[in-house]
Amino acid sequence: MNAQPLPQIGPPLWLLLELTYRCPLHCVFCYNPTEFASTGAELSTEAWLRVLREARALGAVQLGLSGGEPLARDDLETLVAEAHRLGFYINLITSGIGLTPERIAALKAAGLDHIQLSFQDSTRELNDFLSSTRTFDLKAKVAALIRAHDYPMVLNVVLHRQNIDHVGEILEMAERLGAQYVELANTQYYGWAWLNREQLLPSRAQLQRAESITQRFRERVGNRMKIYFVVPDYFETRPKPCMSGLGKLFLAVAPDGTAMPCHAARMLPGMNLPNVESDSMRAIWYDSDAFNRFRGDGWMKEPCRSCPEKHKDFGGCRCQAFLLSGDPANADPVCDLSPHHGLVTAAVARAERAVAQGATAALKFRDHRVSIPVVVEGGGPR
Amino acid sequence: MTGYPLAARPAIAHGMRLQWEPAQEAHVLLYPEGMVKLNGSAGAIMSRCDGVRTIAEIVADLEHSYQTSGLSDDVQAFLAIAVDKKWLEIRA
Repeated sequence: MNAQPLPQIGPPLWLLLELTYRCPLHCVFCYNPTEFASTGAELSTEAWLRVLREARALGAVQLGLSGGEPLARDDLETLVAEAHRLGFYINLITSGIGLTPERIAALKAAGLDHIQLSFQDSTRELNDFLSSTRTFDLKAKVAALIRAHDYPMVLNVVLHRQNIDHVGEILEMAERLGAQYVELANTQYYGWAWLNREQLLPSRAQLQRAESITQRFRERVGNRMKIYFVVPDYFETRPKPCMSGLGKLFLAVAPDGTAMPCHAARMLPGMNLPNVESDSMRAIWYDSDAFNRFRGDGWMKEPCRSCPEKHKDFGGCRCQAFLLSGDPANADPVCDLSPHHGLVTAAVARAERAVAQGATAALKFRDHRVSIPVVVEGGGPR
Repeated sequence: MTGYPLAARPAIAHGMRLQWEPAQEAHVLLYPEGMVKLNGSAGAIMSRCDGVRTIAEIVADLEHSYQTSGLSDDVQAFLAIAVDKKWLEIRA
């Protein structure tokens, strides 16, 4: 298909296993697909163990265990033990719900290296509203358990219009919990977050205020806490180098065994994604059409094709290109060289108006029993 | 050059893990959601930083392994960088 030869393919150094879409929370910003009810059954323990062994043999070394809520799998300890035996560095990405004293002790014994705990907000009311459940007190207990088991305390808080004004309180809460690392991750608009974008995108003034509060906090705490503030790319003029390019480092496996070059790639049209039940990890990584499709730059269209920055940002995010422009091979519309950039600035302008007017609209809460088709903004392929 | 006391014992920092990766033909340093691929000399030094061996012993071992001498300054310079990056901690 491509005239240019593909670049040499390195190993899939990062393996993300989304063990389940089940989750006790109903977060409005979840990146999981909105179509989960139409996905297949979860893989068995044996299938996940085979995925771990085959990926490790290919050179995978950083392992993320995510979901949904990975603690919803009662074989998590078995998977962690095997991953540890194989030599993975194992990161558990969790809401903390289900992390009992017994389970954290068993996971520690099995060789779990790291836990990233997510919080929705600093105030119980908003936390519970945004996650649609009563979890705040529980998370404070889980944070204490994580510290007691000598794990670094890493907090992730997803920011958006409804909670970004609380960033000062969020940071104070993180300090009280003994956090060493805090990731303030502005929502990225995929999955449920895409569905709720008109209610979640903050205004520029909100963003600037949050950044200056974060900077003042950094100056106060110094080295005790490392704080990452991830700016929402809608406010940028160049796209993020998404996944360092698809098919370069990252391999994700969904609960039903679908293998993807990025965790949101299920939405992309025409991907013909392979499944670990029918293909080996080696065939998936090196030979499948889905993993080869966006390798190199032969797939690029203008303005990316002739852009001097194409090897810096790889044209941005394929999923965002699809959601905003209708074609995943287009430039990410975050780039101001994209002919679709006006869709991004228009979304930001609508956010400015909505914040100024104090407008509210109903949020759609994540529910793994339903299936909502993806609606693309920019119309058909161009 | 001055540096850490020769009797001090460098160790991989808490929460970090060093291992040899055949697929990358390199030592890598693993930490929460991140990884550093080490070049040959960094890997050779860090793989000897086990919290047991002293800096003097590490230097002697490297000089013996690579059939050379006068590595002390290079090792001290690397240790300073690695401590600054929080890859290593120096124990008394």
